[in-house]
Amino acid sequence: MKPEIQKAYDAAPQVWLRQLAIAFAVAALLAWSSTTVELRNIKGDGLTVAGNILSGIFHPDRALLLNATTSGVPYLLLETMCIAFLGTMVGAVISVPLSFLSASNLVPRPVALAGRLVIMAIRTVPAFIYGLMFIRVTGPGPFAGLLTMSLCSVGMVSKMFIESIEDLDRKILESLDAAGCTTFQKIRYGILPQLFPDFTSTLIYRFDMNLRDATVLGLVGAGGIGAPLIFAMSSYRWNEVGAILLGLILLVLVIESISARIRKKLARG
Amino acid sequence: MGLYDKVFPPRAMKLASGAVVEEKRSRAPLILLLLVLACALSVKVTGFRFATLVSRGKEFFVILRQMFPPNMGYLPKIWKPLWDTIKMSLLGSFAGSVLAVPFAILAASNMISSKVVVQLARLFLSLVRTLPTLVSALIATYIFGLGTMAGTFAIGVFTFAYVGKQLFEQIETVDMGPFEAMEAMGAGKTRAFLSAVLPQVLPAYLSVCLFCLEGNVRYASILGYVGAGGLGLILNEKIGWREYDSVGMILLVLFGAVLVIELVSHAIRKRLT
Repeated sequence: MKPEIQKAYDAAPQVWLRQLAIAFAVAALLAWSSTTVELRNIKGDGLTVAGNILSGIFHPDRALLLNATTSGVPYLLLETMCIAFLGTMVGAVISVPLSFLSASNLVPRPVALAGRLVIMAIRTVPAFIYGLMFIRVTGPGPFAGLLTMSLCSVGMVSKMFIESIEDLDRKILESLDAAGCTTFQKIRYGILPQLFPDFTSTLIYRFDMNLRDATVLGLVGAGGIGAPLIFAMSSYRWNEVGAILLGLILLVLVIESISARIRKKLARG
Repeated sequence: MGLYDKVFPPRAMKLASGAVVEEKRSRAPLILLLLVLACALSVKVTGFRFATLVSRGKEFFVILRQMFPPNMGYLPKIWKPLWDTIKMSLLGSFAGSVLAVPFAILAASNMISSKVVVQLARLFLSLVRTLPTLVSALIATYIFGLGTMAGTFAIGVFTFAYVGKQLFEQIETVDMGPFEAMEAMGAGKTRAFLSAVLPQVLPAYLSVCLFCLEGNVRYASILGYVGAGGLGLILNEKIGWREYDSVGMILLVLFGAVLVIELVSHAIRKRLT
């Protein structure tokens, strides 16, 4: 080996001790958490159950899949989409003021911190508790589901909104100022064009996620495709589960590819 | 969009130099119209009524008010499920992230030349990703029995799909120069990957894993609802008994745990990037 290379090797910082420590810490954490692996509860027929589930899922219930009434998969999917869509919209309406209040480049630091804590608190409460609360307001059904979705969206959506607001390029505003623009014009031509693509992209992404998470609403009877899915699963009707899952997965895949395309377009401008 | 331009022809403008330029009509009215239609349909299907919200909105706070003040006496019974939840998320996230690596490499089109393999790996990742976590948790409880194992499994499956997708996108955007240079010097593909690609994707990969862990701690609280262990189990029980002050205490503890984990992982992620 050339002496220069050897010299460079010797000069490289010695990090193996730190790496060893990190590896050791990770291994210790894993060993500590390995108590969650408990295999004594495995029923002897676990594999047969798994086989039944798989065969059911691959032989979906066609009658349910192509049923045009309100209990068929197509209508349930439409309802789920409507819940996710309006949920995202309402969530956006709540998030916009919240995120402007928590952007550290617009408001004093304590206010921004408080705003962030509120957002985190909203995010921590699990969806089914919101579901229970909203069912008191609206009664069971898709209306409660959409309100739950909207509150669940607030956490992530406002986090992303805050990031885009904090990335605002202020030079544009200054040059608009120098050109003698009014406040309204500054907002229209300086701020909106910067925020709009980011906000739209975030919302479309969240719509995707809401569609995927819609099953959670079924736990509390807040409408959508979740409740029939959970009922079918807990009564072992795997053919129905297969039909519902097939519909849901297809829908999510289609919507995802469309939304990925729109978001790519938005990112390129 | 060609049709749109035919119906609303682009506006032609003559410049001072005599050249004619065309400005396409704005798509905004069309998009707005579609949005309004979608909103109208959704309002009809979901039965959204603003009046209900205004008149009965205060009902929302009934349960919330019963959660305060939280039942401090219940605190000693929360610790074990809390640790269970954190352990489930840790182990599930770790297993999922490690398992995701080979699949992400198979799904990266700059690592694998066979198009069929890439598409198959991608399809598999998206299928697993669209499978609702609740469903995989419920299936896991049928196989592994009730308890934390089912939750760990479900979290692992979710993490696998999420990290897998993020990682293959990372690998695809990597600078291939060092990789090619090493191959030209006679290094095997594995060796070249370890020395040229790995250092480029490692920080982003670890950061995604940590991000996933954060989310999983929060998500693990839902899994208990289907019997998959952790905080969700006692949460569900207390809701069933309508002991909302205990529910409040559980949520408060969960909030604290999530806050701590988020702060730690945020600090680590900041150093990584």
